[in-house]
Amino acid sequence: MINTLTDPPADSTAANALKVDLPSAKYSIFKRIWATYKNTPFKFKLGLAIIVFFVLLSVIGPFVAPYNPNANITSSAGVNLAPSATHLLGTDSTGEDVLSQVLIGTGPTILLGLITGVIATSFSVIVGLLAGYYGGIADEIISLFTNVFLVIPALPLLIVLVAFIQGGNITMALVLSVLGWPWGARVIRAQTMSLRNQDFVAAAKETGESSLRIMLVEILPKLVSIIASSFIFTVLYAIAASVGLMYLGLGDVNSITLGGMLFNASNQSAFILNEYWWYLPPGLIIAVFGMGLVLLNYGLDEIGNPRLRDASKRQKIGKRNIRPSDPTPVLALLNRQVGLFGRISKLPFEEEAGKNKSKKHSLYGRA
Amino acid sequence: MRFILRRLWFYVVAAFVAITINFIIPRLMPGNPLEAYLGKNQGSAVLTHSALCAIAEQLNTTYQHCGHKQPGIFVQYWDYLVNLAHLNLGVSATYDTTVAHEIALTLPWTAALVGFSTILAFALGTLIGIVAAWRRGGATDGSLPALSFFQGIPYFFLALLLQEIFTVHWHFLPSTGGDSTSVVVGMNWPFIASALEHSILPAATLVLASMAGWSVGMRNVMLTTISEEYVLAAQAKGLSTRRVVWTYAARNAILPNIAGFANALGLAVSGVLIMELVFSYPGIGNTLYQAVTGEDYPLLQGIFLVISLSVLAANFIADGVYVILDPRTRRRAAD
Amino acid sequence: MKRLFSPKKSENLLLDLSGSSGPDLDKPVLSVEDFSIVYRSAHGDVKAVDHVSLELARSEVLGLAGESGSGKSTLAYGACRLLRSPALITGGKVTYAGRRAPREGIDITSLNAHELRQLRWKEISIVFQSAMNSLNPVITVGAQLDDAIKAHMPLDKHDRHERAGTLMDLAGIPRQRLRSYPHELSGGMRQRVMIAMALAADPDIVIMDEPTTALDVVVQREILTQIIEIKEQLGFAIIFITHDLSLLLELSDRIAIMYGGKLLEIAPTKNLQHKAAHPYTEGLLASFPSLTGPKKALAGIPGSPPDLRSLPPGCPFFPRCRHAGAACRSVDMLLKNVSKTLEEVHLSACPFHPGPGADKRWRAPDMIEDVIRIGGGEKTQSDPGYIDSLETLEKGSI
Ligand SMILES: Nc1ncnc2c1ncn2[C@@H]1O[C@H](COP(=O)(O)OP(=O)(O)O)[C@@H](O)[C@H]1O
Ligand code: SF4
Ligand SMILES: [Mg+2]
Repeated sequence: MINTLTDPPADSTAANALKVDLPSAKYSIFKRIWATYKNTPFKFKLGLAIIVFFVLLSVIGPFVAPYNPNANITSSAGVNLAPSATHLLGTDSTGEDVLSQVLIGTGPTILLGLITGVIATSFSVIVGLLAGYYGGIADEIISLFTNVFLVIPALPLLIVLVAFIQGGNITMALVLSVLGWPWGARVIRAQTMSLRNQDFVAAAKETGESSLRIMLVEILPKLVSIIASSFIFTVLYAIAASVGLMYLGLGDVNSITLGGMLFNASNQSAFILNEYWWYLPPGLIIAVFGMGLVLLNYGLDEIGNPRLRDASKRQKIGKRNIRPSDPTPVLALLNRQVGLFGRISKLPFEEEAGKNKSKKHSLYGRA
Repeated sequence: MRFILRRLWFYVVAAFVAITINFIIPRLMPGNPLEAYLGKNQGSAVLTHSALCAIAEQLNTTYQHCGHKQPGIFVQYWDYLVNLAHLNLGVSATYDTTVAHEIALTLPWTAALVGFSTILAFALGTLIGIVAAWRRGGATDGSLPALSFFQGIPYFFLALLLQEIFTVHWHFLPSTGGDSTSVVVGMNWPFIASALEHSILPAATLVLASMAGWSVGMRNVMLTTISEEYVLAAQAKGLSTRRVVWTYAARNAILPNIAGFANALGLAVSGVLIMELVFSYPGIGNTLYQAVTGEDYPLLQGIFLVISLSVLAANFIADGVYVILDPRTRRRAAD
Repeated sequence: MKRLFSPKKSENLLLDLSGSSGPDLDKPVLSVEDFSIVYRSAHGDVKAVDHVSLELARSEVLGLAGESGSGKSTLAYGACRLLRSPALITGGKVTYAGRRAPREGIDITSLNAHELRQLRWKEISIVFQSAMNSLNPVITVGAQLDDAIKAHMPLDKHDRHERAGTLMDLAGIPRQRLRSYPHELSGGMRQRVMIAMALAADPDIVIMDEPTTALDVVVQREILTQIIEIKEQLGFAIIFITHDLSLLLELSDRIAIMYGGKLLEIAPTKNLQHKAAHPYTEGLLASFPSLTGPKKALAGIPGSPPDLRSLPPGCPFFPRCRHAGAACRSVDMLLKNVSKTLEEVHLSACPFHPGPGADKRWRAPDMIEDVIRIGGGEKTQSDPGYIDSLETLEKGSI
């Protein structure tokens, strides 16, 4: 307890008022990392973990693949084998080891998505920044163009383009990029427009910074989360589209990719013959990787929007979820509601649940 | 009203761009459509020179032995527009019917499937989002991350899985086709019942795959809407919880979702086109695939055009709904 | 008092005005006793309202003033149980005794959600700070007004519309504005709509949370005049919240001053203005130029509002008070009547202030022995009891 009589008197007021809470300085770096980790949304962590896992898998994959998937037809007896100790994921209709194909094929599939993501997003950033920053007639035209591309369905165009521009995975990535940029450009343009009108841009103009410098140094860093989210969606779109096109037999189906595996599996009736070891691994990898991307994006949303992050948190008081519609809880009532075995039996606002509507009584009838 | 007119103008431009792309693409393609056509119909008939030239004209292409010269590109473009205006999409190289007829046969199947499934997915997803947000931290909310699995999965793979489970394994539902072969196409009950039965799996695929996106979108907007002061004000007014949730929170939170309809519809259409192949569904996606493998340019062009215009029309409707639901757009013509 | 807005149809008023069950008209319409509210947080609880006691008389305008962040809104919304998580009411009682209430009043802290819905708006309504944000932007103001009427009055559609029109008249808005959307109205018009809305169910108490802060001075004045006019007609009581003490001096019957979640002073307006009995109030009064007198220097109050997560024991104003002494850190924050007359009550929480009408000569707080004796040090720390009981709750055993 503070000894009031020996404490310094009045003149300590200023010092007291200035005392600032500096929790960060008190903790070690590990504690701070731990705190950061704890404060990161679960979705973000899960998504990142999934993505890191598959990226690692595709890097290490080719080195640990047990068989050479290009050494065609190991033996005619080894065709369509169910999983076993020698072939952990069985073999396909040409006797090739499915596990090896998966380990080697994941890389190119993800890479194609990433390449498309980088190309298309760079384009979105350039177009979005320029249109949003300069505005005017150029912006009108560009945004009309992006909006038009946004509403014209991409896939028929993709099918036509990929079917006739024959080429490998790089070609496919280029074609996908051509059709993949409008969405990102649109959101980046909108955000740039709102940033352009803010004080810090005006201040930078005052000091005579060049437009290019303002765009790159002042505005671009503030677009990071939007760019990240647009990149994530582009990668997701590119993987789904490339796999879909390959399933149609378009593109380089003979290269070892997950899409090519699915094409061959379905072509060789793996689905009808229920050769799950053949079609499930590539499909599930695509689905789970896609899920990772989606989760990562939701996590980014929460990080970028503190209001959403706060609102997303479970609101609990005394072990009880509190909903937005609930009246402010009263401690005395919480206490009273603790029943046998220490369980909170019922909170006052729960009566609302409406089980016994007939027992509704008037507020005023309690007199 | 001004907003609608502005949007209408935008859609006219978009349609024009789609029509132009449709004109340009085949002309950028390697190979000669006439040769493709002839290759397809080899041996079926020996064509006279004049018949050949007629087909060449039909296909908007040159044939070296024909007397007439290829008209200039702008004349071609004008002819193309005139033909379009007469709903003349040319003759299919593979099916020996007009493109318009082929599309008229297949488009209703796809349109019905996509229309129904997208609206169902939107309704279900939005509902889940509302519940998840209002009971944040509850079971519904907790299961949303798991739903994102369906967002990452390619449509056709989900279709293959459902087909595997429900038809190959359990013989529960018909696996392929649009109706059973024993019924007569038309407005009769056996046909409709059969068509419905055959569309359960394709529709389920679409709904499952697109619902998750709507749910999470709705949940996030709803969470931020709930913390708006007008929701608190509605509670302060002593309105019932139901009224607060629907009229004051969900009513407003649904707007961004409707604005995002364009994007979602494009994805759904793309997904459906591939998925139809899995179910051998007699829709336009299957025909598109046939056209691609058969290098059937007129059909390809026609299908691309019709799909683009349908999506534009659907988006225009969604815009209209948005205007009805958000009075603010009626004054300041938003972007 | 003649009430303009007694319901037309046979509304089931549970108040029998002739009998004995009605409330005691001399008793306050709302009394807050020892009320405490915290916002739970991982970094310590924010004690936004700390042991506050307050009474609101019938038809009275009570001003609630204090810097922003002092807990005014928390107190008002908390009394209606409108605060969202992580708010928790940790103690105290709020008794409502309006016209329709039973004689002994209703303890709002013991009501469930269903009962609260009947109480809200019909008994206590609120005019929120920003009318733009408190009106749903995509629904017409008429529909929103109708929602409020419908929830509390058994009127048919036509009568509801008629009532909405009367309310618009009362608040000084043309009736055809009922069909407008909020964005089609000016700021002042929107706030008038909110005032009409607040009167929709004929409440006994209207809480006004900075209703004019967002408006320009001219509109502000018009609206305040209108509020007072309507109040004279209908006779409801007002809790008027603002950080602008000068406004309250013209408007309210009594003024309560809040600081750091605590009440520092409550007095009739005249007393507070001329015989303030708390250094914080004196600081507030000195920080605005008087409209009539010569322009004073904006003396203001140095320093910044306290961190409500870890208030030091004793007087919360201690760090910024120019009269502070060591003993201030151990005083009890009890409001004591310092009034010199019997009929007036003037409460102040500063035990060292020489008092209203005194010669205003301060003695250093350290030297006042009896005060040092009062502040034993132990009792001053605000009651941590709720933390224990919460922990017990969270551990799940008792
Ligand atoms: N949701 C909340 N969570 C945590 N602290 C809050 C919350 N809302 C308000 N506070 C804190 O409670 C205190 C009182 O806030 P408020 O009642 O809004 O003050 P006033 O209305 O006087 O400006 C402030 O210090 C504020 O920081
Ligand atoms: S108790 Fe002390 S610090 Fe508080 S107001 Fe009075 S003199 Fe100032
Ligand atoms: Mg406030």
